[in-house]
Amino acid sequence: MATTPQTTGLIGSDGFHLHPADEAAMLEEMAHYEQPQAACIEALKIVQRRHGWVPDEAIVAIARVLGIGPAAVEGVATFYSLIFRQPVGRHVVLVCDSSSCFLTGFDELKRALVSQLGIDYGQTTDDDRFTLLPVCCLGACDGAPALMIDADTYGPVSAGDLPDLLEGYP
Amino acid sequence: MRQAIPGQRDSRRYRSRLLQPEAERHADTHPLTWRLRDDGEAVWLDDYLRKDGYQSVRKALDDGDPQAVIASMKAANVRGRGGGGFSTGLKWSLTLQGGEMPRGYLVCNADEMEPGTFKDRLLMEQQPHLLIEGMILGAYANNSCYGYIFLRGEYVESARVLNLALDEAREAGWLGADINGSGFDFDIAVHTGAGRYICGEETALINSLEGKRANPRAKPPFPGQSGAWGKPSVVNNVETLCNVPAVILNGADWYQTLSGGRTDDGGTKLYGISGPVENPGLWELPMGTTGAEILERAGGMCGNRQLKAWLPGGASTGFLLPEHLQLPLDFDTVGKEGSRLGTGLLTVVPDHQSMVALMRNLEEFFARESCGWCTPCRDGLPWVVKLLQALEWGEGEEGDIELLDKLAADCGPGLTFCAHAPGAAMPLQTALKHFRHEFEQGVRKPGSKAHQDPIPVGEV
Ligand SMILES: Cc1cc2nc3c(=O)[nH]c(=O)nc-3n(C[C@H](O)[C@H](O)[C@H](O)COP(=O)(O)O)c2cc1C
Ligand code: SF4
Ligand code: FES
Repeated sequence: MATTPQTTGLIGSDGFHLHPADEAAMLEEMAHYEQPQAACIEALKIVQRRHGWVPDEAIVAIARVLGIGPAAVEGVATFYSLIFRQPVGRHVVLVCDSSSCFLTGFDELKRALVSQLGIDYGQTTDDDRFTLLPVCCLGACDGAPALMIDADTYGPVSAGDLPDLLEGYP
Repeated sequence: MRQAIPGQRDSRRYRSRLLQPEAERHADTHPLTWRLRDDGEAVWLDDYLRKDGYQSVRKALDDGDPQAVIASMKAANVRGRGGGGFSTGLKWSLTLQGGEMPRGYLVCNADEMEPGTFKDRLLMEQQPHLLIEGMILGAYANNSCYGYIFLRGEYVESARVLNLALDEAREAGWLGADINGSGFDFDIAVHTGAGRYICGEETALINSLEGKRANPRAKPPFPGQSGAWGKPSVVNNVETLCNVPAVILNGADWYQTLSGGRTDDGGTKLYGISGPVENPGLWELPMGTTGAEILERAGGMCGNRQLKAWLPGGASTGFLLPEHLQLPLDFDTVGKEGSRLGTGLLTVVPDHQSMVALMRNLEEFFARESCGWCTPCRDGLPWVVKLLQALEWGEGEEGDIELLDKLAADCGPGLTFCAHAPGAAMPLQTALKHFRHEFEQGVRKPGSKAHQDPIPVGEV
């Protein structure tokens, strides 16, 4: 296991402040692995939990904490679908578009989401409340069609359930 | 992440569940699920210990012979439940250990993302200690110093339950230094992912674990020779690892009898079914149970729909027909029919469903989830999607179906860096074989009017 280095108190470029608690959490993660780079995805998620997404400056800051190049961090950040490199709304709706959901009403659910939110995939509502994205099979196929809002999984969800569901996420 | 305000929508919250009541499940017939509670709450340590928990670890460590664990797994012929069906005992016997070899890693593949699959989630959310127990045995057999549960990021509840259970196990001395006074050290951390189906491929998973992009690695070397950080590493599926404790406690012969002569493969399987059936769900049944029995347990097709076709074990398996419902669902039998058992969770297709539209949906998934390393997969699959979109709209050209045949063949086994592309090819090839006329109907006839709208070239 990697030895735990001391907190650096580093500040990224352009005034981006890595929250001290976040940096501490990253250092703790690093201790679980033979090499600090392994904490990269978790570090990105830590930043994202606080800011909602991962700005460029955070990439540089994470790279410094992990002791690797920013390009390596950026390569990872752009590979994984749940790391957001653009601002997202306060809540992210992930709608499953895989086969079992497709066979049980995904098209209708997706249409209803688009019309009720007034946005399509990759877009955020004007009030910054919701961002809509597709996701692979949520492993909830016995509750298809399924979707996630933030950390909560719902299914089966019909178009008629949506107003009530969405209301819970102000 | 932010929490929702509780309310009516709790009724829409998804909960993993087994559709067999406690009264039907017994220790000697349902090794994976007999401890599960009817109320669906997780089986925590106290409860687990009352139900023979960690007895297999005690037994193996008392015996003091890691090779005996491998021998039992070989004799029981436990085959990988992640989809490949490779003998776990054989895999473990090939892990490098001894001499100068450093201790390696045991990695549990909990990336469950194969469309139509929802079994590992149940095991992790309701019975985390069985997985931990299986991992300790795996680590002991393979001389692993540390274990990781590579968990997909969306499984928030699994992460919560597993972390609590790991704390319980550590506190009770089942993890950490000198487990149960045996001198054997081992601990486990949960590593959560951030999306991408390809992370489930075992070498891509190792890259991802190391904090890199999840491109697969060339094999050989196999993970058992050089895996995470160059150390011998064993990657096994959640359900596979959950089979180990009962094999060690009750023996290989007992395990073999569980399938009741239905098949040469022993044990039980978490079978399931989804799509338009009355009661989609999960059951622990003898290995080699037929599709007909599973469909019957699910109450048959919804409404008065007929079954048109089915996938036996996820999106990357080949389509079977209603006549195949009588076959025992084991690795070899399903393989002989031009498909694969895969994860053993069935997806049913109703009679009114267009196979062209369904194939378009499946290939959109495979195209989007390609890691982009090799050409037939990265460029071929988006092309397949465009051809299928055209056929779906009645806009196909002469020769399109032959082109689909060719693009699928280019993705066949051995032609690409990993099994993602063959997984994309198998459903397409079997759909083209069994339902070719539906694809032919999408080809524009000479002289017919072109569709008014342009062909959608969606994001893939
Ligand atoms: C594209 C792709 C995705 C995969 N996804 C998973 C997965 O989510 N879970 C899993 O256990 N195995 C998955 N596998 C299979 C693994 O590569 C590997 O065979 C398996 O984890 C070995 O464990 P087992 O022998 O216990 O089945 C996938 C394979 C491929 C090619
Ligand atoms: S077959 Fe596809 S997913 Fe696998 S390595 Fe090649 S491009 Fe990546
Ligand atoms: S296909 Fe949507 S949850 Fe599995």
